[in-house]
Amino acid sequence: MAQVINGYLRRIPVWAVWLGAAIPLALLVWDTLTGGLGVEPVRDIEHRLGRTALYFLIATLAVTPLMRITRISLLRFRRALGLISFTYAALHVASWISMEMGFLWGQMLTDVIKRPYLIFGMSAFVMLFALAVTSNDSSIRRLGAAGWRRLHRLVYPAVLLASIHWIWALKLWETKPLLVLGMILVLLALRVLIRRPLGRRPAKVQTN
Amino acid sequence: LTGKPSGLSTDEAPNTLEEITNYNNFYEFGTGKEDPARHAGNLTTDPWSVEIGGLVDRPGSYSVDDLAPANALEERIYRLRCVEAWSMVIPWIGVPLAGVLDKAGVQPGAKFVAFETLVRPEEMPGQSRPILDWPYREGLRIDEAMHPLAILATGLYDDALPNQNGAPIRLVVPWKYGFKSIKSIVKITLTDSQPRCTWQDLQPSEYGFYANVNPEVNHPRWSQATERRIGSGLFAGRQDTPMFNGYADQVAGLYQGMDLTKNY
Repeated sequence: MAQVINGYLRRIPVWAVWLGAAIPLALLVWDTLTGGLGVEPVRDIEHRLGRTALYFLIATLAVTPLMRITRISLLRFRRALGLISFTYAALHVASWISMEMGFLWGQMLTDVIKRPYLIFGMSAFVMLFALAVTSNDSSIRRLGAAGWRRLHRLVYPAVLLASIHWIWALKLWETKPLLVLGMILVLLALRVLIRRPLGRRPAKVQTN
Repeated sequence: LTGKPSGLSTDEAPNTLEEITNYNNFYEFGTGKEDPARHAGNLTTDPWSVEIGGLVDRPGSYSVDDLAPANALEERIYRLRCVEAWSMVIPWIGVPLAGVLDKAGVQPGAKFVAFETLVRPEEMPGQSRPILDWPYREGLRIDEAMHPLAILATGLYDDALPNQNGAPIRLVVPWKYGFKSIKSIVKITLTDSQPRCTWQDLQPSEYGFYANVNPEVNHPRWSQATERRIGSGLFAGRQDTPMFNGYADQVAGLYQGMDLTKNY
């Protein structure tokens, strides 16, 4: 079963993932231009970009557990998923700098220093930036496989910081960001609990 | 509904009716900015009465017409600055609060005015959850309440106040953060002690009794130095927030000698 699915997946070009990932952005642009975001669109634009970035980061993190549990491999698309997440995160930060803060660098700086949820968000963004600029073959060669892997473990603190940044930015405790944090914790726990692919060995025993 | 023009109005361009009626904080109808526009339609605002009591000579139940008769209405175009660092310009129609209080006859011992919003969960769906400690309560010092800038509004542009903006009668105190300007008032009480206020009760470190607009005293979680004008467009940026929301010439005297970082 997994092999059949993997067979289909192999036929999907990576650019198709990028194309699919552009849909949330296209919908956001559409809503903005048609007035679907109401009288104060800035906050919605900012928040939707941020949420989408986090969702793609979660998809990136789901690749390994999915492979270990079901043997379905999305490994070919993982780099694209990570880069897409960074792209949305960059748009999220850009919308904050330009639309929300209107390029008031002084105020942004003091806000980032004083407000914990902004420190969390900014730290996550800096980590994602480091991962994005090294998400290419020549960086893997330059850093060496082990060094590259060590650097890319930053994705774990980054996803947790981003998720807490969302929860903390709100006035009240809201369900959705808490559910998303729960999902992230489950995905991280699965990596620890299931360290290698499931399934194959018992099948071998049965053939005796 | 028409009101006499007033010298106290700003000459800044008012926001559109659409903006003013579709971006509201009125938790009685939900916490989203569009919730009041969506859910306030069912609120019955006629009949309505406002109970005025406490340290007054003529306590009792007053109708909206008693308090804001057509011939007394004025147009007041005021800036509104929300504690969340956004702002609008709104053409209210209403009457000075001082006149209303005089009608009830303020006794010499009265030092504060307390206000309460209607509680009617069957028409105010937000009240079915304990988001805030209902009823919503607000208060002013008596000299603030008697200040000519403080009004009770019953109209917006040339019409009766839309429900989501606090129909049929609400307070407008333009030099204070918007949450002080309590909506859909059913009770006004003159007292000799500082009344309870909803947001102050909920989070006293973030919301004080005075809640005067002050760019130098930040909210613990965000800066109050600048604001976004609603409807200004995606890339309009922020503008500086003036002291007392631009009404310093008229109201700064009320707070002479007070430490405004303590009395925020």
